[in-house]
Amino acid sequence: MLNIGGLTTGIVIDHIKAGGAMDIYSYLNLEKLDCSVAIIKNAKSNKMGKKDIIKIEGNLDIDLDMLGVLDHNITVNVIDNGSIKEKKNLQLPEKVVNIIKCKNPRCITSIEQEIPHTFKLTNKEKGIYRCIYCEQSFKE
Amino acid sequence: MKHLISPLDLSVTELDEILTLAEEIIEEPKKYSNVCNGKKIATLFYEPSTRTRLSFEAAMLNLGGSVLGFSSADSSSASKGESVADTIRVISSYADICAMRHPKEGAPQVAANYSSIPVINAGDGGHNHPTQTLTDLLTIKNLKGRLDTLTVGFCGDLKFGRTVHSLINALVRYENINFVLISPEELKIPDYLRKEVIEENHIPYKEVKVLDQVMPELDILYMTRVQKERFFNEEDYIRLKDSFILDGKKMELAKEDMLVMHPLPRVNEIATEVDKDKRAVYFKQAEYGVYVRMALIMKLLEVAGC
Repeated sequence: MLNIGGLTTGIVIDHIKAGGAMDIYSYLNLEKLDCSVAIIKNAKSNKMGKKDIIKIEGNLDIDLDMLGVLDHNITVNVIDNGSIKEKKNLQLPEKVVNIIKCKNPRCITSIEQEIPHTFKLTNKEKGIYRCIYCEQSFKE
Repeated sequence: MKHLISPLDLSVTELDEILTLAEEIIEEPKKYSNVCNGKKIATLFYEPSTRTRLSFEAAMLNLGGSVLGFSSADSSSASKGESVADTIRVISSYADICAMRHPKEGAPQVAANYSSIPVINAGDGGHNHPTQTLTDLLTIKNLKGRLDTLTVGFCGDLKFGRTVHSLINALVRYENINFVLISPEELKIPDYLRKEVIEENHIPYKEVKVLDQVMPELDILYMTRVQKERFFNEEDYIRLKDSFILDGKKMELAKEDMLVMHPLPRVNEIATEVDKDKRAVYFKQAEYGVYVRMALIMKLLEVAGC
């Protein structure tokens, strides 16, 4: 088992679908941060079988709710003084603009680049977002 | 100002108002022959369609209005790279209402976001075709006398057939509806429609691969064409195009008052021998399309008499 040291201050993004950590890494622009970032891929999970985890050191000012749009199973723990200060419940926004892109090749957004990629939350329980133009689900 | 982009943009009450108005127009068309005097409809057709475009134009002319527009992307500024958003901003100052057909899904929604006149979706790729749905509902209501308590069979291309998707979405809002979905494995109804629309609304349904065995159960048989333009791969199209053909022999198995509907154009999925059967109502259906578009135009323009 690979061991990664605990954080004193920072956040742990847990229960990322296995293989999804790099998408989250890019979305949060973590490559631009100066602090330590650990990406753990394919960690064992009782709930999910395999999962990815990202640990980020330091205080971050980012809109974590957007993480739920990318993967609604994600949990976020805020660490302070070596212990969990807060378990954040990600609130899924009703509407997201230019965060995720429609992948449907038949969608109007595939040929007209200036159209804002807009998605609406259509199923809160399952975290399903649909493109407002072609209604394709983001996860399909 | 209201647009019609998806069949679900209209509540059941609004739908009923449009269908009732359409039935009044059928009864007394002359009464409505001048209600849109001085009004113009722009038909913006980015892909070819004879029936739908002419149906919109006939509807507006029947109401005393006039028409302008284009019938292919080649003859519009789209060929110069103009966006849908820019086109509609300009057209808004030329016409009072517009009907848009576009090969890309969601294009009419983009237009509605930027338009100052009502936008009617006249078909966007394999996605929605709400005025076909209105046509289908008017046909059923007028010929069956009801929109509830019906067993409706859909046959052919249920995967890409937008008319099927739209009609299913509209019918689940009525009581006692049953669906029978008849298609080859490759052209089955999309998962989201089965789970989020049919099952979510607790509509009894079954999926079968043979038309004959279910014919006696049906009140309505909605036939569809397997469309070449919906396939990326020509081989798949050729393999599946003749999947289900309705002929006189199969019609013998059907109820006396079953209706055979088809959004047209038909290729070979309904043998021409079926045309003379009184239960074949697809040409009547095309006629109803004009009446329901007249009612819709009146409703969206909020002209007197509706």
